Formats: sequence, C-alpha cells, structure tokens
Amino acid sequence: MDTAPVFSLREVTKTYRMGEVDVHALRSVSLDIRRGEFVVLLGPSGSGKSTLLNIVGGLDTPTSGDVFYDARPLTGATEAVLTAYRRQHVGFVFQFYNLIPSLTARENVALVTDIVARPMTPDDALALVQLSERRDHFPSQMSGGEQQRVAIARAIAKQPAVLLCDEPTGALDVATGIVVLEALTRANRELGTTTVVITHNAPVAAMADRVFVMADGAIRRETANTARVAARDLRW
Amino acid sequence: MRALNRKLARDLIAQRGQALSIAAVLAAGVAMYAAYFSTFDSLRDAAARFYADCRFADVFVTTRRAPLAVRDELARIDGVADVEARIVVDVTLDVPGFADPISGRIVSLVLPRRRPLNDVNLRRGRDPEPGRTDEVLVNEAFANAHGLRPGDQIAAIINGRRRPLDIAGIVLSPEYVYSLRGADIMPDPERFGILWMERRGLAAAFDMEGGFNDAVLALAPGASLPAVIAGVERALARYGTIAVTPRARQLSNFFLENEFMQLRTAGLLMPAVFLGVAIFLLNVSLMRMTAMQREQIAALRAIGYSRGEIGRHYAAWCLAVAGAGGGVGLAAGSWIGAGMVSMYRDFFHFPVLEYRLSLEDGLAAMALGLGAGLAGAAFAVRRATSLAPAEAMRPAPPERIRATAVEHLLLPAWRSPAARMVLRNVARHPLRSGLAMVGVATAVSVLIIGLFLVDAIENVIRIEFESARRYDLAASFVEPRSGAARFELQSLPGVTAVEVMRATPVRLRHGHRSRETALLGLDAEPVLSRVLGAGQQPVAMPGDGVLLVVSLAEALEARPGDVLQVDLLEHGRDQREVRVAGIVTEIFGASAYMDRVSLARLLHEAGSVSTAFLRVTDEATVNAQLKQMPSIAGVSIKRAAVDNFHQTLAGQMYILVTVNVIFAMIIAFGVVYNAARILLSERSRDLASLRVLGFTRQEVRRILLGEIAIISLVGIPAGVGLGQAGATWLMTALATELFRFPMVITPRTRLFAMAIVALAAIGSSLVVGRRIDRLDLVAVLKTRE
Repeated sequence: MDTAPVFSLREVTKTYRMGEVDVHALRSVSLDIRRGEFVVLLGPSGSGKSTLLNIVGGLDTPTSGDVFYDARPLTGATEAVLTAYRRQHVGFVFQFYNLIPSLTARENVALVTDIVARPMTPDDALALVQLSERRDHFPSQMSGGEQQRVAIARAIAKQPAVLLCDEPTGALDVATGIVVLEALTRANRELGTTTVVITHNAPVAAMADRVFVMADGAIRRETANTARVAARDLRW
Repeated sequence: MRALNRKLARDLIAQRGQALSIAAVLAAGVAMYAAYFSTFDSLRDAAARFYADCRFADVFVTTRRAPLAVRDELARIDGVADVEARIVVDVTLDVPGFADPISGRIVSLVLPRRRPLNDVNLRRGRDPEPGRTDEVLVNEAFANAHGLRPGDQIAAIINGRRRPLDIAGIVLSPEYVYSLRGADIMPDPERFGILWMERRGLAAAFDMEGGFNDAVLALAPGASLPAVIAGVERALARYGTIAVTPRARQLSNFFLENEFMQLRTAGLLMPAVFLGVAIFLLNVSLMRMTAMQREQIAALRAIGYSRGEIGRHYAAWCLAVAGAGGGVGLAAGSWIGAGMVSMYRDFFHFPVLEYRLSLEDGLAAMALGLGAGLAGAAFAVRRATSLAPAEAMRPAPPERIRATAVEHLLLPAWRSPAARMVLRNVARHPLRSGLAMVGVATAVSVLIIGLFLVDAIENVIRIEFESARRYDLAASFVEPRSGAARFELQSLPGVTAVEVMRATPVRLRHGHRSRETALLGLDAEPVLSRVLGAGQQPVAMPGDGVLLVVSLAEALEARPGDVLQVDLLEHGRDQREVRVAGIVTEIFGASAYMDRVSLARLLHEAGSVSTAFLRVTDEATVNAQLKQMPSIAGVSIKRAAVDNFHQTLAGQMYILVTVNVIFAMIIAFGVVYNAARILLSERSRDLASLRVLGFTRQEVRRILLGEIAIISLVGIPAGVGLGQAGATWLMTALATELFRFPMVITPRTRLFAMAIVALAAIGSSLVVGRRIDRLDLVAVLKTRE
C-alpha cells in the first residue's frame, strides 16, 4: 500500500446556520487518508461525518483550516476547480442513492461515463456490482439494495481515485447492506480505489483498514485494524 | 450528455400536461405575432407594388373648374414631377334589375392610356376605343357585386338623361383600393361604382371642355410637400380650390395606412400579453421542478456536472416547450395570417395580394417564442445553478408559515383547519398566487378586449342610425341649389318629411394649426339629421358660431370661445372668422356644424342647399323618382347602409369571437391547470396524510381546489376591470381623426367573459382533481421531501 496521503486535513472547522441557530459541524479536525486505504468514519448522527465527507469531496468548503488532495489545496479552490475535481477524481455514494428516477440503471451510470475522460462502459460498471440483468430497469422498479448498487456502479464507472460513501447501508436491511458493502470492497480491492465510508453502524468498522470515531464534530479515536473482516462476515 | 438529454425527454413526457398547456399559450402569442406582422407585410407589399405599377399620386387636388392651361402652371411648381389634369364627376348609376339608386363616380381617361398617374390595372376586357364616348371601364368590386362583365350595359343619369354605357373592361385603381363613398361608414360595392370614360365625352357632357376639376400630382424626390401644396393653392386660387390632399390623407390610402397601424399595434400588444403569461407559467413550473429535483441536482453536481451544464439542462426544458410552442405558433400564425389576408381581399382591392410570411417575420416570431422560453427559465435556472451541492443533500428547510391576517375575518363556521390550510397556502406564496390571479384576470381581459368591439359596433349602429341619422334617404345635389329644392322633394309622392343641409369645403385655421373639412349648415333644431353632444343627446345649432367635432377641436387645439379663421375653398379662398360655440362628439368624420342661416350669411348666399334628408313611406317609389332627377348626384339609403354594416361585420365578428374564446381559454386553462398541478405536487404529502387521517376524497379535493377557487374568485372580477382598462386604452389607440368609437362594454360581454374563464378554470380543476383520486397513499407518505 502506498503510504503517501491522498487527503490531508489540517485544523478543519465548519459552522453553518440552520434556521436560527449556529451549528458547529466540525471542530478542528486533522487527519490523513492514504492511497488505496479503506477508511470508515464512525459516529452517531450529528457528529460531523457527513460534513467531513462533503468537504473532502469538494461539495462543501470549510469555514477554516486546510484540505489537500494529492498535495493540492482544495480550500480556496474555485467552484469550477471543485467541479473539475469531483468530475475527474471523486465517486460519490449517498444514503438515499440519489439516482435520477427518470433514467434506467444503465442511463444513470451513463450520466457519469458521458462526462469523463476514461470511463468504464456502463455495462462493465453494472457487472462489477452484479446488476447486469437489471440494467434497463428504472429506480422505481428496483429494491433499495439494487438502487444502491447502481449508485456504486455510477460512482466507480469513472474509475475515480477516491470513492466517498455517505451511509451507503443506512436505508438497507442487513442482507442487502452486506451485498452493497461487498461491492465496495470489490471496487477497493480490484480497482485500488481509496474508499471512505461513513456510517453510524459500528460493526461495519471491522471491514476497514482504519477507523475514525467521531463525536460532536471532532475525532475522538483512531484505530487501525490489523486484519479486515470480509463484508459477508459482518452482522448487525 | 446523452443520458442527461434522456432525462430531459422523460421529464417533458412526465410533465406533458403542463408542457403542452404552456406551449399552447406560447404558441398563441407567437401565432398572433406571425399572423399580424405577416398580414401587415403582405398588405404593405401589395400596396407598394400596386402604387408603383400604377404610379399612385402624391397630392390630390379638387377644384371647381380650371382651364387646362393651368395644368402647365401646376407642372412648373418646384418639386412637382408630373401632373394629370382630370375631370371627376359624381352621377347616379342604374344597373338593370337593381332598384336602389347607385352613386357613381366618373373619372376621365386619356386614350390610348400611356401610364398616367393613378393609372388603372386592367383585369378583364379592354380599354374603351378612342372616340367611343359610350364605352367605360368599371371598378372590379362594383362589377363583381352586380355580376357585370365586359360587354354588359349599365346606365348613368347625366343631366337628367339616362345614358347607356357599355362596359369595355374591368379595372382596379390605386385610388380606390378601399372604395368608400363620401360619408359612408363601410364600403358598399353594390351602391358605389367608379367608372372611367374617355375625357372628350365626359368633358362634353359636363361642360368641362378645355378645363378640369381634379388634378393629381407626383412629387420629385426630395420635394417639400407643404411648399407644393402652397404652390397649388396659389395657382388655383382664382378657380376655387376645394381640397388639396396629401397622399397620407387620401381616403383610400388613409384607411389602408390606418389598418397598417392597427395591425402593428395589435401585433405587438397581443403577443406581449400571451408571451407574458407563458413566461410566468414557465417560471412557476420550472421553479417547482427544480425544487422537486433538488436532490437530483445535488447528485449531478456531486458527480461532476458543472453549473453551466445543469443550467443548460433546465433551460433546455423551457426551450423545448418554447420551441414546440413556437413551431406550432408559427404554423398556426401563417394559417391565421392567410385567413386574415383573404378577409382583407373583400375590403382592399389589389391586383395581387399574396399572403407571405417573410423569413424575417418567421425568425422574429420564433425568436420571441424562444426568448420567452429563456426568460421563463431564468429564475429557476439561477436557483438550480446556485444550489450548493452539499446544501441540496439536506432536506429543504420547512417553509415559514404564519397565520394570515385574513383568517381572523372569517366566519367561525369557516375557520375549519381545511379553510385555514387553503388561506395559508395562498398567503405563503403571495407573489405566485398574485401572478396566478393576474393570469386568470388576463384571460378574462383578453376576452373582453376581443369582444367589446361587438358591443362598441352595435352601440355605434344604434347611435348613428337611430339617434343621429333619423332619415331614410340622403340625396346629395350635383351643385348647391336654392332652398326651393326642399319643396320640390317634399312634393314627391311617398316623401313625408324633408330636411336640408348646406355643406361647403373649408379650411379652418387656429394659430399655426389648420384642417380641411366640411362645414355643415343644419336647421336650428334638426330632426332628421341630428348632431349629438354629451351623453348622445341631440344638440341645437348655435345662433352664432360653429360646433366642432371633438377630434377636429383637438387637431386645431380650439376651445369654445376661440375664434377660427375660415378659408372658403369653394369661393376662391375668401376668408371669414367664426367663433367656436361648442364641442360635439361624433363617431365618424371630423366636421364642423353651423346653423344653416348663419352659414348662408357667412357664405353671402341666400340659403342654398347641397344635401336633402328624406323620410319616406315608400322607399322604392321615391328612389325611382330620385334616380331621374338630374340635380341629384347620389342617394344614400340608410336601410342599405345598416344592412351592409351588419352583413360585412357578421362574418368577421363570428371569427373574432371564436378566435378570442379559443385564445382566452388557452390562457385560462394554462394558468389554472398549472397552478393546480403545482399545488398538487407541493401538497400531495399533506393531502395524502389527510386521506390517511380519514378525510374523504371529496374533502381533500376541496382543500386543493379551494386555492384554485380563491385565485379564480379574485382573478375573474379583476379581469373585468383589466379588460375595461385595456379596451379603453385600445379605443384611444385606435381612434383616428376620422372615427372614434365610444367605449361600451355590455353586461352580456362581461358575463360571457367571466363564464368562459370560470368554465376553463373548472375544467382544468376537474382534470387535476382526478389525480387526487389516484394518490397512492402509501407511496406518497414514503416519499422523502
């Protein structure tokens, strides 16, 4: 495993207004994520996981602190630079899949392959998540697990350097969740994609290289697993 | 971008009801623009071609009788390129099998024709043979009205003798594109014919040998019109200049240009209304769509789509609707335009009037449609592109809702939670609710503006033919006659009452302003031909002074008490002074009225008369006798005028009403349907929750439609006000110096307009209401907002 950090965060804080209150989503977070790592961010809802992921993914900007991707600063980058960064380097998987309901599985993947330089074919991406036979179905015709696998196929089809997953199993039952996590493990293993998964589901941490436990916008604990547990052996 | 385009296509299909209803409103706007402007272009091109081919003159001169030598004097005036001295006389015509007297005008012709000014365009037959004084050319509208062909014979009453005339050919003249007889309101081709006869024969019959009483002039490039007019007046001063009229005020051309102006006004105003509504509807629909697709937008942005790509994606939705609407509108516009042009063929007689939608007009119409599409997309696109992707991942914050002030005013029985929901919904989006009300109001006003013309015209017929013109026949004399003519007519069998009028051409001057008009001398208290003042009440002639029609008073900037200079054009420009005694409101014309005795004094005459108004018991008998009287140049029959008015307008009114109803329903349906669809989309969770709580479909539907009802109940009456304001504005804009219609909107029109829009509102509510029955309660509750 290459040990050079893909991401470096230094003293990152984020506050935003929600209605009439200030929310301190992140309080001085610093961490490094190495190339090819499978990282799990663990914590209850409201602990700042999603904010951290959004900032790392170029969806959001910190209030203060620095974020580097491949030694290049993301903080202070223009909207156009962040868009290009997401377009070329980042794959996203969301808790609620965020598929386009009016497009089929293959077309949802094609959304990505249409705009990047060296994509896989949508069919290859769907094969990787074992959904080839469902490629012409619309999101409304698929189960939650299937929709999430389409979302993963959409994320990996661009062959991204990093895959960022926000509660990918949050809306799924255990068996389905495991299938989805297997798909992520496979992408991480076979494509070498640096993968960050956030979850409030503690057992998932066992499949990671490293685990960051978050609470109240700060990292409370960092652990490195000496042996990763296979997704199919997880239970919660 | 193929996948994103596919999303666009599927979004359009999913929202086809909204897309189609908006495209229809937009299509109506584009269609009207294309129709009005292509019609305008077609008419203008036809006129320009006809005028050039037949050398339509720039200045029109009427004199009493000038020697032919004066023609050369006119030709020498600086700026005059060419002069045609003519003889023009009014006679009574007789067509076999047609009882009513026909007003005829005979224009002299020099044969063989060598492209004179105001040349004729030969449609059928041939020119009269030189030397044959019994051969004539007749204008096509008159020939068609009577089924006359070359070789047929008609007769003219010349000096009391019935002279048979052979029709050699049928022609069109640039001078009579719109062939209106003197004081008529509408062209009546059956009762007004124009003949062209070789000069020699005409001169002999009317004692005009070696002279002329009419001249037309062409100006050299860069000539000064006022200078030429002044020169003409100087040259003809000795002979009595009755009128020197520039082309702009020549009757036929005046009506034609007035029509151009109206087409342009309508062609800008009506599309503006429809495209405005379309922009509003596009905006509201796309705003709702981007709100619904908040998370999709966020996902697309997260994937790496740029702001520009997202913006173009949503703008494309509007452009697709606008493109479809524009295309259909363009096709419909060219169809409507072709129909308008063929309707104009009945009124304006050109050798060639082809309908043509020019590339420029087509492109402009399409550009307007697409421009409306972009304008409609602007707000929503800005919102979609400015959405921070991370922000969009979070659910939209709950809307701020407050109790409305209005609900405290409700009766306790109405303070149900459902009524409160409805009121708060309306109040929460004041701009959107307000604009929807404006949209509904626009539909009502489009109907009122379209239909009030029917009211106005019926009102005009009533005022003009029942209150003002209370005679049956109006006979005009060839030359002013002594007052004794009255008794001659009075003694004819079938005549029960006679009233006479003296009309004389004058130029009225006030300060630096002047107008040529007719000064009409009436009985002190006229009974058969009345002048109406405020409130359409008959006005007595003042003992001293002149009454001005309001448009004339405005043109002269004259007020009661002002003193006007009067040039008596019939009398070699003798000058007098007269005081303005009052202002009257006539619908047609811009005349000045005086007491007949005062006018005689002004003219230094002993009470001569030029027109007689008759009330008769037996029209046919009287007409037959009038036809034979050499002193009578023409007879106007009120019954025929009223019938002609109704006949001509009936067909057009039917089309006008139909088109307006269709267009207003398109707007009303578009506005209400879209409002209801958006409400349904916003409220479906609430409504489904209510259904789960035990509300019946009926009750839930009432909540949704309550809001539509409020919008309609405010919008419809407001539309009546808007329509009235629009109609008043339109009347003012369309008023010319020659006619201005009083504003009248009957309760019938108001009710009709309100009913049509209410119907469209109810219809579109029912269509959307049906969707409530299909609400999937479980699925809706699962949907994450």
